[in-house]
Amino acid sequence: MLWVDKYRPKALDQVIVHEDVAQNLKKLVSEQDCPHLLFYGPSGSGKKTLIMALLRQMFGSSSEKVKVENKTWKINAGTRNIDIELTTLSSTHHVEMNPSDAGFQDRYVVQEIIKEMAKNRPIDTKGKKGFKVLVLNEVDKLSREAQHSLRRTMEKYSASCRLILCCNSSSKVTEAIRSRCLNIRINAPREDQIVKVLEFIAKKENLQLPAGFAVRVAEKSNRSLRRAILSFETCRVQQYPFTINQAISPMDWEEYVSEIVSDIMKEQSPKRLFQVRGKLYELLINCIPPEILLKRLLHDLLRKLDAELKHEVCHWAAYYEHRMRLGQKAIFHLEAFIAKFMSIYKAFLIATFG
Amino acid sequence: MAPILQSSQPWVEKYRPKQVKDVAHQDEVVRVLTNTLETANCPHMLFYGPPGTGKTTTALAIAHQLFGPELYKSRVLELNASDDRGINVVRTKIKDFAAVAVGSGQRQGGYPCPTYKIIILDEADSMTEDAQNALRRTMETYSKVTRFFFICNYISRIIEPLASRCAKFRFKPLSEEIMTSRILHICKEEGLNLDAEALSTLSTISQGDLRRAITYLQGAARLFGSSITSKDLISVSGVIPQEVVGALLAACKSGNFDLANKEVNNVIADGYPVSQMLSQLFEVVVEADDISDEQKARICKRLGEADKCLVDGADEYLQLLDVASNTMRALCNMPQEFSYET
Ligand SMILES: Nc1ncnc2c1ncn2[C@@H]1O[C@H](COP(=O)(O)OP(=O)(O)OP(=O)(O)O)[C@@H](O)[C@H]1O
Ligand SMILES: Nc1ncnc2c1ncn2[C@@H]1O[C@H](COP(=O)(O)OP(=O)(O)OP(=O)(O)O)[C@@H](O)[C@H]1O
Ligand SMILES: [Mg+2]
Ligand SMILES: [Mg+2]
Repeated sequence: MLWVDKYRPKALDQVIVHEDVAQNLKKLVSEQDCPHLLFYGPSGSGKKTLIMALLRQMFGSSSEKVKVENKTWKINAGTRNIDIELTTLSSTHHVEMNPSDAGFQDRYVVQEIIKEMAKNRPIDTKGKKGFKVLVLNEVDKLSREAQHSLRRTMEKYSASCRLILCCNSSSKVTEAIRSRCLNIRINAPREDQIVKVLEFIAKKENLQLPAGFAVRVAEKSNRSLRRAILSFETCRVQQYPFTINQAISPMDWEEYVSEIVSDIMKEQSPKRLFQVRGKLYELLINCIPPEILLKRLLHDLLRKLDAELKHEVCHWAAYYEHRMRLGQKAIFHLEAFIAKFMSIYKAFLIATFG
Repeated sequence: MAPILQSSQPWVEKYRPKQVKDVAHQDEVVRVLTNTLETANCPHMLFYGPPGTGKTTTALAIAHQLFGPELYKSRVLELNASDDRGINVVRTKIKDFAAVAVGSGQRQGGYPCPTYKIIILDEADSMTEDAQNALRRTMETYSKVTRFFFICNYISRIIEPLASRCAKFRFKPLSEEIMTSRILHICKEEGLNLDAEALSTLSTISQGDLRRAITYLQGAARLFGSSITSKDLISVSGVIPQEVVGALLAACKSGNFDLANKEVNNVIADGYPVSQMLSQLFEVVVEADDISDEQKARICKRLGEADKCLVDGADEYLQLLDVASNTMRALCNMPQEFSYET
């Protein structure tokens, strides 16, 4: 098992970061009238961990006995029938799923599947009525229609079902949904908190940790706890005993992006653009999300450019990412950004150096 | 099997008014509907207004008061966005429901029980135009035996032919005074203590949305116990602390791009919603004495554009960075446009 999973705290009392949130969550579910919750925060900040620990707090260890199912639902969509395939993770008390996986059919997931689940109330052997919890991931990726469809379900069946929604960017969740939840922000841990987690893992694994090494790993993690733990484990595999200035390698795709950036700083021409296109394709084929790719390009460019160019380049990055959202083919917009950059940079070089 | 958890409803549902007369702040509609209860006359209705102002509450309350618990199921059809409301579905469902004849118009169990049925189309603004058009005919066909209640946030999304058939009521954001009295009522029931400052903070941060106010109140009560301060409420509300907004603006004033980029990165890593950041930046900028009108205009133009981009689903970091860069250029009087010919 990877360290990220092996050392994921199981109970609210065991967390190493977000202790305050964990204690608050405990109080929140101490009575049975807890409102719906919306967890939001950057990737790798610990949302999933807290949600799982919260379920355990509510339902005991039975919430950990989950089964993974790949189900197909047959849905009557007015004039035709459609099949929707979804993976669910469920225990006797909760169901977790990722409704945005259904793509443009996500509306049906909310209207048919989630509503059905919310309606049915669990009843125990003594005939007492309880409630269940639905955990919906990546709600920021849900279409507007799907989000609208969720509104009334959240009110109507609130006696039989609580929702726990989880997302990265709460700006993309509609006002009406946010107004129906208690919003819980999970910030990315600070570097010193990340160091604490790494030290904890090192101790459990009986590793010698040279002073300052954990700090370096934390610095390179961009405040993502998951990333820090992953690269810590990679370091362990690459070289142990650790040395203080041992290389902490960036991810492969990031190295590839740096190459692209030096390519386009060196030469601005249609030929170079053509070469770079191939590399962009390569990255996309390897499932690097285009907006992450664009942000990484900008990140590397900003480290190399003059101040006045930084303003210009960050503006165009924002511009083309927005267009990419509205359009369909990411590659067009990535390439347009590269071309725009080349033209700006060339003009700058000519003006400065003649 | 593991023990089951007893459930009771969250406070928003617990304190949802059951009777029309208890709906606060929407006097006009309450007056008309009170009249309906006496005469049993009711036009088609259209309720519109922002979230958490009592639209669904009012429609459900009048339906319950007209028919009582026994007849409710057979006389009231509630369709909302959680139902598939494509053209065909709407037609069949409504047809099936409206076609069954209703009995005589006698009062039963103390309820008026008029001879029509009620169809509530909640969240009607998420219906397609085609589906709405299909409804026109249906409405006419069954106009003798049904009354329609349309509910939506944006009246502009309801097609004119439907809207013009209804009595329209705008639900206003709740005033601070009304909000306060509802909140005090809940505090009394739940044994909570709120001082004047906390009360006023709660109204400010929930911006006329009573549902939001109640959710914050319950959150704060669970987290901080029965004495709740203004600070507790802010911490559950997701409002960004003023220092964070200030730090970003200060970085923009410094003229140092890398510093601003660092602040933007912090905002994102701390998970603050960028849409919220834009509104708070807007407030600070507009009210600042040391920013000229022209600078304000330059800054706000980009704020508006970024807000639109976010609604389109654009990346939060890139939008905020562009806003910060643009704000910096405005505050430090740098040229707006790129100065090299391309
Ligand atoms: N409170 C915590 N204390 C100690 N370690 C933690 C804590 N929270 C998370 N971790 C570690 O960080 C890893 C990543 O956390 P998690 O999966 O919860 O992130 P996430 O916020 O759900 O990310 P994403 O948005 O990318 O899904 C976990 O696998 C776990 O090892
Ligand atoms: N005018 C009001 N008087 C009393 N309580 C109200 C009022 N408005 C809202 N509430 C409270 O807020 C909750 C939500 O109100 P309601 O469901 O009626 O909002 P809505 O206007 O339908 O919002 P949305 O547009 O998001 O559907 C209610 O359960 C009630 O507790
Ligand atoms: Mg996760
Ligand atoms: Mg409503």
